[in-house]
Amino acid sequence: GQFLGGLGFVMVEKGTSLLKMMEISVAEAEKRTGKNAVNMQETYTVYLIETRPVDAASEGTNPVPDSLWRRYSEFELLRNYLLVTYPFSVVPPLPEKRAEFVWHKLSADNMDPDFVERRRVGLENFLLRVASHPDLSSDKIFYSFLTEENGWKETVFETGFQAKADSRLKALNATFRVKNPDKRFAEMKHYGDELQSVISQLLRVRARAADRLYGVYKVHGNYGRVFSEWSAIEKEMGDGLQSAGHHMDAYAASVDDILEEEEHYADQLKEYLFYADALRAVCRKHELTQYELEMAAQDLTSKKQQREELATGTIRTFSLKGMTSKLFGQETPEQREAKLKMLETQIEEGEELVKERNAECEEFVKSAWVDIERFKEQKDHDLREALISYAIMQISMCKKGIQVWNNAKECFSKM
Amino acid sequence: MSASVVDNTVSSGNSSVAIPTDISGQILDLDEDDELEVFSKDTSTTQTDGSSFNASMQTSPASMINQYKFEEEEEDADTKDIFVTVDNPESHVTAIETYITYRVETKTTRSEFDSSEFEVRRRYQDFLWLKGRLEEAHPTLIVHPLPEKFVMKGMVERFNEDFIETRRRALHKFLNKIAEHPIFSSSEDFKIFLTAGSGELTSHKKQGPGFLSRMGETVKAVAAAVRGVRNRPQEFTDMQEYAEAFSQKISSLDKVTQRIVREQKEYLEELKECGPTYALWSQSEQELAEPLKNVAGCVDNCCKETEEQVKHLNDHLIPVLHEYVLCADTLKAVLRRRDNIQADFEGKTEALATKKADRDADSKVLSLAWDSLVGRSPEEVKQQKQQKLKGEIKEMRDELDKAEDRLEWANNALKTDWTRWQKVMRTDLRSAFIDTAERNVSYYEKCLAVWESFLQSQRTDAEGNGKVDSS
Repeated sequence: GQFLGGLGFVMVEKGTSLLKMMEISVAEAEKRTGKNAVNMQETYTVYLIETRPVDAASEGTNPVPDSLWRRYSEFELLRNYLLVTYPFSVVPPLPEKRAEFVWHKLSADNMDPDFVERRRVGLENFLLRVASHPDLSSDKIFYSFLTEENGWKETVFETGFQAKADSRLKALNATFRVKNPDKRFAEMKHYGDELQSVISQLLRVRARAADRLYGVYKVHGNYGRVFSEWSAIEKEMGDGLQSAGHHMDAYAASVDDILEEEEHYADQLKEYLFYADALRAVCRKHELTQYELEMAAQDLTSKKQQREELATGTIRTFSLKGMTSKLFGQETPEQREAKLKMLETQIEEGEELVKERNAECEEFVKSAWVDIERFKEQKDHDLREALISYAIMQISMCKKGIQVWNNAKECFSKM
Repeated sequence: MSASVVDNTVSSGNSSVAIPTDISGQILDLDEDDELEVFSKDTSTTQTDGSSFNASMQTSPASMINQYKFEEEEEDADTKDIFVTVDNPESHVTAIETYITYRVETKTTRSEFDSSEFEVRRRYQDFLWLKGRLEEAHPTLIVHPLPEKFVMKGMVERFNEDFIETRRRALHKFLNKIAEHPIFSSSEDFKIFLTAGSGELTSHKKQGPGFLSRMGETVKAVAAAVRGVRNRPQEFTDMQEYAEAFSQKISSLDKVTQRIVREQKEYLEELKECGPTYALWSQSEQELAEPLKNVAGCVDNCCKETEEQVKHLNDHLIPVLHEYVLCADTLKAVLRRRDNIQADFEGKTEALATKKADRDADSKVLSLAWDSLVGRSPEEVKQQKQQKLKGEIKEMRDELDKAEDRLEWANNALKTDWTRWQKVMRTDLRSAFIDTAERNVSYYEKCLAVWESFLQSQRTDAEGNGKVDSS
């Protein structure tokens, strides 16, 4: 396994090429100012991506890593490219664009140093996930994202993925119904919906609870001050009160670290909240593929039927042509011949299309299902680890509490 | 981690904790206290000598018998010879009103009691009466406070279960504090309170200083208060400063603790939603179902523990702090009463001096002239006047002596009881804080066990499935 930026272990498949070859990290973040597309001054953050060949590090020579700076929008571009190019893959998500599920202490400001730091970690995690993905890690565009600072954007656009993206996007947004939905994918989509809903709820509830817990701890700080003031007017009780007060201050202060650790747990949950979306996207794309197949098949069937009618002279189905020919008289045999020939061609093409689309669908289903299984295992492992680390956090919090209150008790005994 | 929180603390040397504005605004209405003079008590010299007790004091004969007990500072559990319990509240409905009575049970080996066990029913009014009697008889002794008549906040009904239970506990403490007090516990009124049937109590209540004499006392008190004290001894000024400061501090502690309870309750409300959310999630999962259900269970258990913890704070620490908020008021009242007694004495001293000056002054020319007009001989008049003055002076001197004795007794009683009260306060508050700290430790220990059992289950799970656990 690989240790991913403080977020725990990630299962790495055999045969992942990139991570075996190079170390990747997002080492730093910096603020920059510059002119944007509409020639206005803007401030933005850039992130330093460092890469180093694995062998070099193990040889102990420790050379300086290669590095380049990227901003969030470039990460987004990379991901969009991957989404279009590998529609059957559950593409790892980026950390959130804006701070969501905040509680009162955290700033919702994108420029806030804590937010930037957590985003840095999230971006590193994204890169490591992609680099350990069996299909995505060998992508050339991904490789040049990590290694070629200049001209990368142009290279991406040159792939023409945007055009595919636009048409796919249009199709995805349209409502369509599939006649024979694949049960497995329908279930997966449903699962994605549920996962998204329940993790959102959990994050919301957790944030509110964190807010309240903060209040409980901080109010104890008032004990510290009052004990200290009170100790000034007492003779025998003074020392005990004063020292107990210090422990109350320590107790109040301890909540900052506790809640910072919990933010990491929240980030782990958030990753899977966004993963749920990626999962749903795959299911949606499968639906689209299937729909296109069904459309092609439907079209072929209707064309064949038309041919049959034309050949036998019977009109079984209502068609405008049929009506007009009835109204305006039968066609000439030459006309019929021409039509038949055209239909034959169309039918041939249609059969090719159906074969193609069928193959596409089968290919999609095969690849997607492999990646979905991989994703399931990864998710089960990661989230279980997250729950365990949550329990460890709670235990640590309890231990701190026991210590503080035992100390306070000793001081009170000296009152 | 940088905290972008407004630092709104009242400046105090040791505090380096930033407190969010919304919280600080509500708690920190404390004045910035100047360095307060540490009240130095010379306890060794304030032991009252039994002989300074004056028989003409308004103390009941019973307290005189036990006056020597006042000097005993330590009360061993072994020497405790009276046990009082307040329990079993019952509601009574009459045509006019509904009220609650409490069972008061006494077990004692004291000889002044006719029997060794008593059981009576008393209502809040009866407790009030007892307190009033003790304060009247001993104006400068510190009577432990009674729970308040009405609870104003939150529209709590008088007959709400929690309210009744809180009140019962406070009444129980009140009687026990009286029983532990060297002077109060031998009060006749106390004995009657513990032993008399309701009819007997009612008739006893009717005795005691009548309305007019009580009015007279009140008038005197007001007059004394208006006059004010001229030469208050430093030690009592120190006590007053202490009482003021103590009152502020204990009120703050009361407010802080109530705030903590409020925040805990709100935390609990949010936490209660976490468990069910994990449980809901487990329904969509297969491999993860078991750990998620487990976590849901853990969170629910922690909720229960938090609930217990809040209840404990509410039932134990808050009532004690509240009692001492009321005690602080008692201290101030006791000091005021002492001041009044001194003012009364000072007033009488002045009056006597004036009268003496009158007597020593020669007959005035003007008055002689008047007397000759009216047809009386100067000698006669002079004699009459001197006789009258002599009588008046004797009366006033007697009164003054009484006032002086009363003052001396009041001062000594106060000083000794003050010391006693401080010891009791220290013990009470120390044990209340220790109790709270222990409760908090226990809370965290229980939560710790909950999460450790989860970890344990995950480890055995992992080992069972042959996976390598990475934690």
